[in-house]
Amino acid sequence: MTNLKSFMSRQEMLGLLVVAAVLFVVMPLAMDIFRLNLFGKYLTYAFVAIGLVLCWGKGGILSLGQGVFFGLGGYCMAMYLKLEASTPEATAIQSTPGIPDFMDWNQITALPWFWQPFNSLTFTIVAIIAVPALFAFIIGTAMFKRRVGGVYFAIITQAIAAILTILIIGQQGYTGGVNGITDLRTLKGWDIRTDEAKYILYYVNGGLLIAVLLLSQIVLKSKLGRLLVAVRDQEDRVRFSGYDVSNIKIFVFCFAAVLSAIGGAMFTLQVGFMSPSFVGIVPSIEMVIFCAVGGRLSIFGAVYGTLLVNWAKTTFSETFPELWLFGLGALFIAVVLVFPNGLSGLYRSYLAPIVDRFIVPKGRKAEPDKSTPAAPFGADTTAKPAE
Amino acid sequence: MFADYTWTELGSIFAMQGFAGLILFSVFVLMALGLAIIFGQMGVINMAHGEFMILGAYVTYLCSNFVEAYAPSFFGVYFFFAMILAFVAAGSLGALVEWSLIRHLYKRPLDTLLATWGLSLILQQAYRSIFGAREVGVTLPNWLLGSVPLTDIIEIPINGIFVMVLTFFIAIGVYFILFRSRMGMQTRAVVQNRVMAGAVGINTEKVDRHTFALGCGIAGIAGSAFTMIGSTGPTAGQLYIVDTFLIVVFGGAASLLGTIASSFAISQAQSTMEFFLSGSMAKVLTLLTVVGILMLRPQGLFSLKIRR
Amino acid sequence: MRRLKNLIENRLSRRAVLAGTVSAATLAMAGALTPSFAQDVNTTGLAVTEDTVKVGILHSVTGTMAISETGSVQAEKLAIEQINAMGGVLGRKIEYIQEDGASDWPTFAEKAKKLLVNDKVAAVFGCWTSASRKAVLPVFEQYNGMLYYPTFYEGLEQSPNVIYTGQEATQQIIAGIDWVAREKGAKSFYLLGSDYIWPRTSNKIARKHIEKLGHKVVGEEYYPLGHTQFNSVINKIKLKKPDVIYAIVVGGSNVAFYKQLKAAGIDMTKEKPLLLTISVTEDEIRGIGGENIEGAYAAMKYFQSLDNDNNQAFVKAFKERWGDDIVIGDVTQAAYLGPWLWKAAVEKAGSFDIDKVRLASPGIELTTAPEGYVRIHENHHLWSKTRIGLAKTDGQYEMIYETADLMEPDPFPEGYQ
Repeated sequence: MTNLKSFMSRQEMLGLLVVAAVLFVVMPLAMDIFRLNLFGKYLTYAFVAIGLVLCWGKGGILSLGQGVFFGLGGYCMAMYLKLEASTPEATAIQSTPGIPDFMDWNQITALPWFWQPFNSLTFTIVAIIAVPALFAFIIGTAMFKRRVGGVYFAIITQAIAAILTILIIGQQGYTGGVNGITDLRTLKGWDIRTDEAKYILYYVNGGLLIAVLLLSQIVLKSKLGRLLVAVRDQEDRVRFSGYDVSNIKIFVFCFAAVLSAIGGAMFTLQVGFMSPSFVGIVPSIEMVIFCAVGGRLSIFGAVYGTLLVNWAKTTFSETFPELWLFGLGALFIAVVLVFPNGLSGLYRSYLAPIVDRFIVPKGRKAEPDKSTPAAPFGADTTAKPAE
Repeated sequence: MFADYTWTELGSIFAMQGFAGLILFSVFVLMALGLAIIFGQMGVINMAHGEFMILGAYVTYLCSNFVEAYAPSFFGVYFFFAMILAFVAAGSLGALVEWSLIRHLYKRPLDTLLATWGLSLILQQAYRSIFGAREVGVTLPNWLLGSVPLTDIIEIPINGIFVMVLTFFIAIGVYFILFRSRMGMQTRAVVQNRVMAGAVGINTEKVDRHTFALGCGIAGIAGSAFTMIGSTGPTAGQLYIVDTFLIVVFGGAASLLGTIASSFAISQAQSTMEFFLSGSMAKVLTLLTVVGILMLRPQGLFSLKIRR
Repeated sequence: MRRLKNLIENRLSRRAVLAGTVSAATLAMAGALTPSFAQDVNTTGLAVTEDTVKVGILHSVTGTMAISETGSVQAEKLAIEQINAMGGVLGRKIEYIQEDGASDWPTFAEKAKKLLVNDKVAAVFGCWTSASRKAVLPVFEQYNGMLYYPTFYEGLEQSPNVIYTGQEATQQIIAGIDWVAREKGAKSFYLLGSDYIWPRTSNKIARKHIEKLGHKVVGEEYYPLGHTQFNSVINKIKLKKPDVIYAIVVGGSNVAFYKQLKAAGIDMTKEKPLLLTISVTEDEIRGIGGENIEGAYAAMKYFQSLDNDNNQAFVKAFKERWGDDIVIGDVTQAAYLGPWLWKAAVEKAGSFDIDKVRLASPGIELTTAPEGYVRIHENHHLWSKTRIGLAKTDGQYEMIYETADLMEPDPFPEGYQ
């Protein structure tokens, strides 16, 4: 247990247990498979939100292009599933059987080279991790080595999201265009559309989420995590202390990208298709708001924030479709103005003291969370180019 | 690809293509000026910029309907009044937003981004509730439609000329306000050193509000002018956001001259590439080039020469 | 638990319905082939009670597509209200559950699933973009629902769970190109579109057909959705001097495109170049402005100005219900057909069961359609006429040509792929 304690306080352990209990026990009991599948879909966004907590909340790097990585992961998975669904028998009516239907419609007669390796599940799983990581590494290296930060980084990532969307839509012969890659059926012969499969995928998804939470917790509690917070608050001092700031930033950006990609892959599996509408600017910004509502400093908060916003979205748009945007807009503003630390901030100020009474041994006070900056979000020193 | 054409045809095409580039340049400057003021001078990322433009467009729409119904004889000139009204409306809304929202967030630029995104959603839904989800058609006076034929092939669109002239005057106007007026001096003083500016008796809050309102007002004029070339609908504003931000960032945030230079570079690149490549690829290549250059030169084309 | 409740409800409703069978049978249309026995009416647990039946309406009320989909929602509601006023379907009033797809494809899939699984609706009227249809398609096939899809689209699809009430690409394109080639002597074409699957596939078919006729395509170009600067392509058009600009621009881009076309001095009221579009309905003209598109030709199956009794009654009813200043485009009319086609199929089958409705659907005729006579083909598309309209300054099309026969729908056209 000593090992565990070194990277997790009792509070955080409790948080993890509660998330696990909610995911594995409460929700499956409370919901039918339809709602549970929906809930599983929301959880895939939580991967992105956790990545943003690390990247933005802890590291001060706001990426408005997380949808890019979500999409890359999702597309890798979708390419594999699509190839499996496009057997020569299933596509016999096409002029070239054996290739995905949208390629056939676009007069492509042979499988393009970059699709070939996706016949292998092993390669696909490696690609889901490696492709976004590599992409993030390139972007991160180019930007952070040159000390681009803050607002500039946000806008450039946003532009990258726009570029990728236009590319995917424009190259419809290779990507399925605006419709995306649809009609995915089986994974290694296992039908992913049945209720049973949906249950299993939900649990796999939940298990991955817990694993990712643990991993993030380890990263945050390591020296690297502490350096990350230091970089956010006083970048120059970290640099003058002899650390390579850009490497720290590149690492956390790549890490967040990989988390997003895992979310994207799970999304494809559970929803059964992938389309460019998850890559663009709007979904990317929505993912930031999930993270902000949960509290940008808490990885557990991110999970709850994602669930809350999506739940509200589904409920409101069912009951008052026309008022939904007002509600969402007000939520953005309220989170920024009134609750800058989101749900986790509320928890910390109102609930945490009560919980502490039960779980912290007498005579020891709970450690104050050192990662909370004094100002709601510190003074953003990186807002302007190095002056 | 030129083999099929005569020299005169080629000459005309280059002339027209150059002119198309100039129109695009004016459009970009008009879009970006307001944002450049707000972002460059105040460090606020106004994601609702597009919605302020659309506010201007809707004001123009209302004006055109009103004039058509009650004072048809003024129809030829209503557009000028509409632009002034658009400026006032967008500027007032800007001042209100600054007072209620932005001034609490000056120390947190990334948070202004989220808050203004929320604001843009609210404005979009407001437009949708008031004007309906469909696009509205703005009727223009006849003299603004059509073109001036110079030769057989070369024809100059009148609304293009109008946008160019308008952009020119607004750019001059902004220059005078920022660099030749008392308000501009105060604004620049606040940008350079807020505390000192306050200490010498400048009302920094008032300056902030005026600057923000000015930026929004110019967005309103831009929106009003764009009713001539684009669509007016609740979500039309979002189309402009990425382009506009890239222009401002590419130009160097704190420099109005940079904004103009980057508008010129991007518009010429885009219109040339659009001519030789297909539309979508031209857009991708332009954006990629801009992002690429920004990675190499993050401070943008023009940056303030300050000791680092 | 829910399953049990449904079971009980069904039992109850069946017993109750037995009593009401006589009235239901008499109310059923005279043309119904089989008398409806109550136990056949609903054997699969759909949301059908003794006097109501639930259907779904699934369109975007929010987001970028709300602009286009509003008209379809209005048309579907109007049709349902009219059917109810006539006594409903098999003696049951239609109740609709409206869901918002929010211009977001997974939301469409999610809501489709909710309508089918939770609400057990007997039919869904909805979707607009191809992407949204592709997203809901697996859901409809898996849970065996019935979708009535109103938009003209690219074809290449034929699902047992969808009835396509709009035209597929060949119906719109071939008749239009034949007409300009024959009547206007057009020999060279410039193809232009927004960059996504419908314009690209349509232009592919158009190109094949143009080349088959021995004419020439002098340019083909796509711009991202929402693009607003068309000056460069207009210059290219001027350079290539095509006889016909074949434009499939959609959404907000339309407004920019036609305004800039006019400003650049391309006068569509003159003989050359003339402009033929398959994407601009009366709805879009509202945003573009009639004066900006005057003289353009459109090839589609319905115009608001069609001069026949069905249409006049339809337009009148539509305006009474939704306001005088409303315009009705091709898709709106196709959406209006959905509930009527479903009613006819249900009454022919004598049952709400999806499988029976599907079997009954091919051959269903509608003589009361505003566009005139339509019939459902074996491939679930509609036999319909294609018409050419000339855009006027008042924002209406004047029909100047219609095909003599119904065009056969051919979603997988041989030789055009």
